[in-house]
Amino acid sequence: MTALEASGTGKGPAADVIAPAAGSHPVTPATSNSRRDNRRKWIEIAIFVGPALIVFLTFVVFPMVMAARYSLYKWDSRQPFELAEFIGFDNYTRALIGGTDPETQEIFWKAYAEPFWNAVGNNFQIIALSMLIQLPVAMIVALVLNRRFRGRSGVRLIIFAPYVLAEVTAGLMWMMLLDPRGPITTMVQSIGLPVPSQGWLEDPTWGFWTFFFIVSWKYIGLAIILFLAGLAGVPQELQEAASIDGASWWQVQWRINIPLIGPTVRVWAFLSIIGSIQLFDMAWVLNKGGSTGQYSTIATLMVDIGTQRNDGGYASALAIIMFIFSMTAALIYMGLIMRRDNTSSPTGKSKIKKGV
Amino acid sequence: MANMRRAGAVMAFATSAALLLAACSSDGGDTEPEGSDSPDTEETEESMEPVTLTWWHNATAGDNGQNDLGDYWQSVADAFTAENPHVTIEIEQIQNEDLQRTRIPLALQSGDAPDLFQAWGGGELATQVQSGYLMDLTDVLADDISRLGGGVAPWQYEGSTYGLPFQFGVEGIWYRESLFEEAGITEEPSTMAELNDAVAALKDAGIEPIAVGAADGWPAAHWWYNFALRSCPQDVISTAGTTFDFSDQCWVDAGEQLEELIGTEPFNSGYISTVAQTGATSSAGLVATGEAAMELMGHWNVFVYEGFTDGTDEGIQALHDDLGWFPMPATEGGAGDPTAALGGGDGFACYVDAPPECAEFLAFIVSDENQAGAAEAAGILPVAPAAADSVTNPVLVELSQVAGNAAYVQLWLDTSFGTNVGGAMNDGIVNIFAGTGNAQDVVDLMTAAALTQ
Repeated sequence: MTALEASGTGKGPAADVIAPAAGSHPVTPATSNSRRDNRRKWIEIAIFVGPALIVFLTFVVFPMVMAARYSLYKWDSRQPFELAEFIGFDNYTRALIGGTDPETQEIFWKAYAEPFWNAVGNNFQIIALSMLIQLPVAMIVALVLNRRFRGRSGVRLIIFAPYVLAEVTAGLMWMMLLDPRGPITTMVQSIGLPVPSQGWLEDPTWGFWTFFFIVSWKYIGLAIILFLAGLAGVPQELQEAASIDGASWWQVQWRINIPLIGPTVRVWAFLSIIGSIQLFDMAWVLNKGGSTGQYSTIATLMVDIGTQRNDGGYASALAIIMFIFSMTAALIYMGLIMRRDNTSSPTGKSKIKKGV
Repeated sequence: MANMRRAGAVMAFATSAALLLAACSSDGGDTEPEGSDSPDTEETEESMEPVTLTWWHNATAGDNGQNDLGDYWQSVADAFTAENPHVTIEIEQIQNEDLQRTRIPLALQSGDAPDLFQAWGGGELATQVQSGYLMDLTDVLADDISRLGGGVAPWQYEGSTYGLPFQFGVEGIWYRESLFEEAGITEEPSTMAELNDAVAALKDAGIEPIAVGAADGWPAAHWWYNFALRSCPQDVISTAGTTFDFSDQCWVDAGEQLEELIGTEPFNSGYISTVAQTGATSSAGLVATGEAAMELMGHWNVFVYEGFTDGTDEGIQALHDDLGWFPMPATEGGAGDPTAALGGGDGFACYVDAPPECAEFLAFIVSDENQAGAAEAAGILPVAPAAADSVTNPVLVELSQVAGNAAYVQLWLDTSFGTNVGGAMNDGIVNIFAGTGNAQDVVDLMTAAALTQ
């Protein structure tokens, strides 16, 4: 997304430049000068945008186009692509509705559509739960940490630590802690509480919630730090004025601080939604999305099918579907929720408008 | 896959080690094939032009740093170079799953492949042959193929041979003799009814009867494979890897027999969360530490168990003294031969563009002397009949006898069916273990996967 934006704004001023230059031609006698300026500008643009554009085309656009092409083929990904067979949109229908052939639809639904929708469901459950659980918790913690108290920076550091940890490290750590004979099981048992019969992560009902807990533990630090940064930007005078007028601490938060960090919250929610759709590392490290897919995501399903099952065509179709999901979510979110933030800022939006 | 045999390879650390290895070796991988691909090595016939062979195998060091097989392969390579001074052999040791799932497929596709590399036979080999990646060894190594006998079959495709195995073994149930004694079990179970009795006796004695690493998928799936072996006629099961016809009722029966077994609750608590080889709470760890009595596993598991000892000779000896093995018990009814066994092995194949020295070196690796040497140095189960005497471990001797007396040996079903159908099968079986799927689902998943390839 950032790369897209970068190239988008890169083109903006470029188009901007041509219009006045062309318009001024007949009026200005010093044509050679303006032509030289014009050329210089183009060279500058080429130098600054070119490398990024080349990288973007090679590593983003080209693979995407190739994935779209692969997704139309029946292709064992260990074989050369020449042996692949064109099958149209069969890979997509297989994922979405279990194929179009009524004879095989039942088993294809069971083998492909069911795991796919299970993974999609997990992705969207995580999005919803992030908004319902992570957002309020992170907000409360951020508001509390925004007050001055002894050891505040220490607490901030500890809360942010999980986010800094490498995903694989954190995943392996949780795997050891949550082992059916590991420390957490022993601890919970020792205080007399029941533990899931099949272990924390693999139990068909508990697995997802354990996974969501781990993901929240990992990412809530980012939300808190972002909110704290937002809160630091809220002018002290407003809070003081409210206090003098007799507002309680809660009223100050609710009426002043939270509304004023709205843009920050919206940016976090955007990152969280895109991150939830693309969630992969943690689920993969813990056990490839779970032995029965209890916390599989579209990404783990795609990698599993592509690298473990070697069904390259189907995995590519999943990749494209995931891309469409993220893209749609991003566009809708930008259009509906972040529009306000964009128009209120004098830079961003107006510049793009001029460019287009 | 079933060949996750790297003894005591703690996956967590093996993975990171493998990453390191991959990182370290990447420059090697980039430069080595240049030598082997250079035109002069291909065009010249028997000249003394220098030749570089690259060799990728899965013998990586265990967590105690020991790498008997890897060291032995190095000595084999050195011996070959001593005889053929113009040949340089460059070895890369790569962690098994990494090698099989990532490194070899990518190397083959990029056309920048190692000359000699690990091959597990079955469906995967078939895919590689169809893609034109492998050198046909049928004529060049005809003598060696006949010398090694029937064990070569999984490395053959449509009558031609594309790889040679250096080891092959069957699976059965490993158990702790002392725990059996404690539970008052005097004889090794030979039927499912006797196994159920043993399970009940162990439970009464407060011992976890059977450990299974269902979190890894394949260890659980092997129970189903054995039930399939017992219920399906030989022609159905041995042709399934090429016809992918799973319409015979015996495939559903296998799942139902498994459901019945799971119904008696013989497995360790939390088996869905249990992995096969990583750490003391893995299924191998439970057996090695005496927490559980039995485990269904391949011939390699003795080395996995050894990895859980303190590494001293006494510790290993104590383990061996208390470790028993018996073949999978017979089921009631079923069209399969009760003496048939499931097995698998490891071999090597040559890349299609490899210099002819590759085949020569492969023959050297699986020669009678080197097979015997590998059995002595690293405890492999040799394929060459002449090397059979070199196996000294009593359990492995018993295991080879069972293999020798088996009506037929069926290759691991996931290896035989290839990654796609095999993976679907394993997923379906794990669902039975987790209680989220049934016997019919396994067959449906396999059929669906077969239709898409």
